[in-house]
Amino acid sequence: MHPDNSTPMAVVDVIYDVGARDEDPEKTGFAHLFEHLMFGGSQHIPVYDEPLQMAGGENNAFTTNDLTNYYCQLPAENLETAFWLESDRMLSLKFSKKSLEVQRKVVCEEFKEHYINKPYGDVWHIIREMAYTTHPYRWMTIGKNLKHIEEATLDDVKAFFRKHYNPSNAILVVAGNVTTEQVRRLSEKWFESIEPGNKVQHLIPDEPAQPAPKRKTVYADVPLDAFYKVWHIYPRRDQRYYVTDLITEILSGGGSSRLFQRLVKEQKLFSQIECYHFGSHDPGLLVIEGKLVKGVSPEEAEKAVMEEISFLKENGITEVELEKVKNKTESAMAFEDMSLMNRASSLAMYELLGDANLINTELLKYQSVTRNDILLISNEIFREENSSTLYYLSKQKS
Amino acid sequence: MNRTEMPPIKDALHFDLRLKPYDYYELHNGVPVYAIHAGAQEVLQLELVFYAGNFYEPQKGVAAATNFLLKNGTQHRSAFQINEDFEYYGAYCNRACYNETAVISLHTLSKHTEKLLPVLEDMISNSTMPEEELLIYKQNSIQRLTVNLKKSEFVADRLINGYLYGTAHPYGMSSMPLDIEAISLEKICAFYEKYYQTGQCAIFVAGHLPTNLMELLNRFLGGLKLSKPSFTTPNIQPSPAATKKYRVENDAQGVQGAIRIATPFPNRHHPDFKKVMVLNTVFGGFFGSRLMSNIREEKGYTYGIYSYLQNHIATTAWMISTEAGKDVSEAAIAEVYHEMLKLQSEPVGAEELMLVKNYMLGSILGDLDGPFHMISRWKNIILNGVDASYFDESIRVIKSISPEELQQLAVQYLQPEKFYELVVV
Repeated sequence: MHPDNSTPMAVVDVIYDVGARDEDPEKTGFAHLFEHLMFGGSQHIPVYDEPLQMAGGENNAFTTNDLTNYYCQLPAENLETAFWLESDRMLSLKFSKKSLEVQRKVVCEEFKEHYINKPYGDVWHIIREMAYTTHPYRWMTIGKNLKHIEEATLDDVKAFFRKHYNPSNAILVVAGNVTTEQVRRLSEKWFESIEPGNKVQHLIPDEPAQPAPKRKTVYADVPLDAFYKVWHIYPRRDQRYYVTDLITEILSGGGSSRLFQRLVKEQKLFSQIECYHFGSHDPGLLVIEGKLVKGVSPEEAEKAVMEEISFLKENGITEVELEKVKNKTESAMAFEDMSLMNRASSLAMYELLGDANLINTELLKYQSVTRNDILLISNEIFREENSSTLYYLSKQKS
Repeated sequence: MNRTEMPPIKDALHFDLRLKPYDYYELHNGVPVYAIHAGAQEVLQLELVFYAGNFYEPQKGVAAATNFLLKNGTQHRSAFQINEDFEYYGAYCNRACYNETAVISLHTLSKHTEKLLPVLEDMISNSTMPEEELLIYKQNSIQRLTVNLKKSEFVADRLINGYLYGTAHPYGMSSMPLDIEAISLEKICAFYEKYYQTGQCAIFVAGHLPTNLMELLNRFLGGLKLSKPSFTTPNIQPSPAATKKYRVENDAQGVQGAIRIATPFPNRHHPDFKKVMVLNTVFGGFFGSRLMSNIREEKGYTYGIYSYLQNHIATTAWMISTEAGKDVSEAAIAEVYHEMLKLQSEPVGAEELMLVKNYMLGSILGDLDGPFHMISRWKNIILNGVDASYFDESIRVIKSISPEELQQLAVQYLQPEKFYELVVV
């Protein structure tokens, strides 16, 4: 719990330790579909949203490849309403057939809106399948295809609930204008009687080291050619994760970053370019993606990107660049912490990673990164055999 | 313990909602400063609001291009150096162009304010608008636009605004690649001089403010040739389209229709505006709304459907917006009208109205949390030229409005035949 009496509000955040990486490869998209069903009524409460709104609250949820997070914010005086609602849906869902039918449709429309009816919408389906042979990061949270969602049954829903939705697999964070005593009393009152269940061991196969580069070219109905290249990186709890994070900032964190300055402004090969990483618990991907200026070939664009990468691998970065990305990290964290909701969900995420106190030590980890770390890790990540490259090209000109 | 029974709640009607007042100053040149000092984090947000929006441009796209290029070179700094100067301190300098106004904003750790104000001063006074930078801007904007024009949602938003206001009005206008190509550097330079260098400016600042902030603002911005805004804009009359219904094909392979249903509506000065905000919430303004409950939660036609009043100053529109499966688009539209008629024919139930009131008040309470939210509410009040009591009055309306009043408003405003209707596939 995180008391803050400068706000009139309270936030209740529940993370369940289950995400798309825990899914059966033949039933993908299920963790996310299930998140929708959590709003379809619980054992003693017909609809989740209405009582919360009556108490002046708002809520939402999201699913990632690693976890499912439910959060609500309400006036602190009405905190108990959130305890009542969250505990009842952890105790048992209503398992309504109608809710499943409707939410299957809603999720199919979500799939269409974000991944079909949108230029470049299927890129991440393609890249994940290329980069991962074994690890379930091979598929996206929304699922591999519409069919998997359409085929979900009520039995699947029940089994999933029993396995993952119980106290042993959940983290509860309460933040805001609350007291320890009050939170202890409410937690005991509403959650203590729920069967703890068993802690689920994530039986997730490691992705083997990639032995050779992968490449693919796709033609699609898009107006511009696009270039994507990804490299395998490190798990979230590895110190090299922080080094990697700063490398992405050096390459594309803002108007003075290397890729933007060199490739968009000076060489005019890309109209936009970005470098970022997944931030996932298990080893994720570092991504460089950009839209090519008309007339530029993908080979030419890739060559220019790789020259920047080679420069980084040979020369590392300057002291000023390192200082800049560290300052930026400090500032980004301060802005993030302005929101009570962000603080609550950060605490829950860190606890899921094994230690809520990480919230206090993250900045130190970034500050301890040296120029030499950047040089070393750049050379470790940016090996051609560790990469997958996708040219996603406009059909219109071929 | 009885799990079927909701724990007692404090009714939001009893919440004491107050918007913390701002401090007001004027710089030597008359530029007004609205300031909120609050918050635990040592961060600050500074917004310089110029009357330099689309309303004033002599040619399509000039206001947005000028605003963009403010950060792309001065007599003392290249574009790279400007970015470097902000980013070295972990600060963010953004700019945005709207219809009436255009903004330069700074987000920074409070301790760096003094280092960064000189850069803002330089951008406002000494921008050189390099031709090379304009060419890159044009090329990249055109590329981005061609991608957006493939998205049915983007196309639908542009079209519906064109119907509502006419494509000659700033609210209904939109650029095509040829318009961007045609933007003239001379016009940009003239626009910069008139609307930035010697323009009308108001400053909104919030967060953990340095004790010498006013001295700093005066030192770096108080000597510039800026003046206090009149907070009024030229009167440009909209010319709404005559035809009400449209079906447009944008992508033969599209699997969803972008649906927009909208009608002109008066601005915040109209006595019904605050009341309609409540009716809108019932209708489609939140997750528990009539539209969402019926069209998403009951029928599963869409991932989401919302209604809202557009955030315009001069005049506005009431809009319903959703993306629905291609085969259920027409059914979804029929349900929208059905919900309008239902609000006309039956008063909203007492419990539903109580829920909506509590939701709205709780949401405002949460939204008053933190200095950035507070200043944003004040900025809205000031730029819209409404009375300082606007916030308190809105709260009073939410707390007191009756089902009969809402029904009356539905009869008056939610008439299906008054709405434009568009589907873009």
